[in-house]
Amino acid sequence: MNQNPTPQTSHDTGDYVTVNIGPSHPAMHGTLRVVALTDGESLIKVDPEIGYLHRGVEKLGESLTYHQFIPITDRLNYCSAIPNNVAYEMAVEKLMGVEVPEKAQLIRVIMMELARIADHQVCIGILGVDLGAFTPFFYLIIQREEIYEIFEWFNGARLTNTFGRIGGVDADLPDDFEQRWEELKPGVRKANDETEKLLTHNRIWMDRTIGISAFSAEDALNWGFTGPCLRACGVKRDLRIDEPYCMYDKFKFKVPVGKNGDVFDRYIVRMIEMEESLKIIDQAYKLYKEMPADAPLMARVPKVIKPPAGEVYSALESPNGELGFFVKSDGSAKPYRIRIRPPCYMIYQAFPELVEGELIADLVACLSSLNVIAGELDR
Amino acid sequence: MDLKKRVEQCLGPNNFVVAMIECQGDLSVEVPKRSVVDVMRLLRDTPDLGFNFLSDLLGVDNLDLNKPKKKPKKKTEEGEGAETEEELKEKGPLPPRYEIVYLLLCLERNERLQVKVRVEENDMEVDTLTPVWKAADWPEREVFDMFGIRFKGHPNLKRLLMWDDFPAYPLRKDYPLEGQGEERHLIYDD
Repeated sequence: MNQNPTPQTSHDTGDYVTVNIGPSHPAMHGTLRVVALTDGESLIKVDPEIGYLHRGVEKLGESLTYHQFIPITDRLNYCSAIPNNVAYEMAVEKLMGVEVPEKAQLIRVIMMELARIADHQVCIGILGVDLGAFTPFFYLIIQREEIYEIFEWFNGARLTNTFGRIGGVDADLPDDFEQRWEELKPGVRKANDETEKLLTHNRIWMDRTIGISAFSAEDALNWGFTGPCLRACGVKRDLRIDEPYCMYDKFKFKVPVGKNGDVFDRYIVRMIEMEESLKIIDQAYKLYKEMPADAPLMARVPKVIKPPAGEVYSALESPNGELGFFVKSDGSAKPYRIRIRPPCYMIYQAFPELVEGELIADLVACLSSLNVIAGELDR
Repeated sequence: MDLKKRVEQCLGPNNFVVAMIECQGDLSVEVPKRSVVDVMRLLRDTPDLGFNFLSDLLGVDNLDLNKPKKKPKKKTEEGEGAETEEELKEKGPLPPRYEIVYLLLCLERNERLQVKVRVEENDMEVDTLTPVWKAADWPEREVFDMFGIRFKGHPNLKRLLMWDDFPAYPLRKDYPLEGQGEERHLIYDD
């Protein structure tokens, strides 16, 4: 399975078949469409078409106030809304020059890392489903639901969390967070262990993932890859370490790095990141407990947010990679221009280069491993 | 040496620097439109800058910023529009309407730089950056899609998010938020 069938030049007589995959297809993760020129099972030319979930988020932002835009950011990467919220809030805070209190930063870290675990669980679970391994999906999805329970109990929504405010967070962690967290942790670890036992050394899994859509580090950087997909190519780049925000420089954690940049490496990198996220939450919660109970949660920000005229770019490491917001203000209560830099947008544009020459079944595997979320891709 | 001086040293001798602005620690440098590809290559290949990663590329429409400030006492009457136009003429030519912002990143030193290019309304064409970074592919298509700025030499300059025969450019400031009633007509042929 590893030897990729090279396109048969003898078929140049024009016997290729165009296959339209998506936009409404269970393997196409929302509303992605790929028009593929195929020679039997192998892909000759691949043309991804996006925009089926375009809602004009950037245009909407120009007519809303700064706070009103936070719920819109939930709808970008709907598998993990909290990093989106925080990324936007950080951009506006940077524009205003506001320093967020440490306690609020720790709550943000805890929630963001929980969201990272949930996001990776969905990604790996769906990757398994797309490759025919259904069981790990249930192990992981049950645990993801436990994490969503925590989100729901913390701020009332499972998916669209609208977490935090500009200048801090609106609510403290409830008293029994520790109990909930201690209950959650062994469950997540157990689900990960079981998934790993079922998949990592599984002959079929290895055949289907190792060497599929391998990518070199040089190409990945040229195409603007970030996050787990870039780390799978062997580049040690993580904004949490390279450009620390939210006190990430105080936590000790490893950044897993792959070698070949194939589907298997992306899977392994995500598996290890989940374990590291658990460690980060432990450390963050320990720091959080040392804080006085009445420590402030919000910086002093005016009720109507009017940042001074200017433009900033601020990015954080979302589960998929570098999620950046470019915010331009003209000094009024509404942003003049908001640009969202979604991580999977840059990754998905290299899709033809990733899958051309592979088989149609590998296109599905590659797409799942990139974790392309149509919500943030199309905005 | 701080980033501002290094950028000046690199781009200054070729007269590539039009302006430099710093906002909350983000340095942005405005360069002439015609030499944008040369500037990018210089920024990428100069050893003490080494901006080897294109993080993003975006367009901005400055139509509302260029408008004269409204005077609150004046009522909107007919004929007032002409007056403001006269006022405009007195002030001289407007700054170019569009700008493209390139967000660069140096992976070794974790430094970021914004490079800005201004685009006049009567000359809506910029050289493509795809030979320097492949990552510019979709963002350039999106800027074309949303603002109508064309990229010379782009391998596949089609609309990205809107459908191909969409008649307007939605992120322009004079495009209404609720749209203009455009409809997509799908043509099915056998």
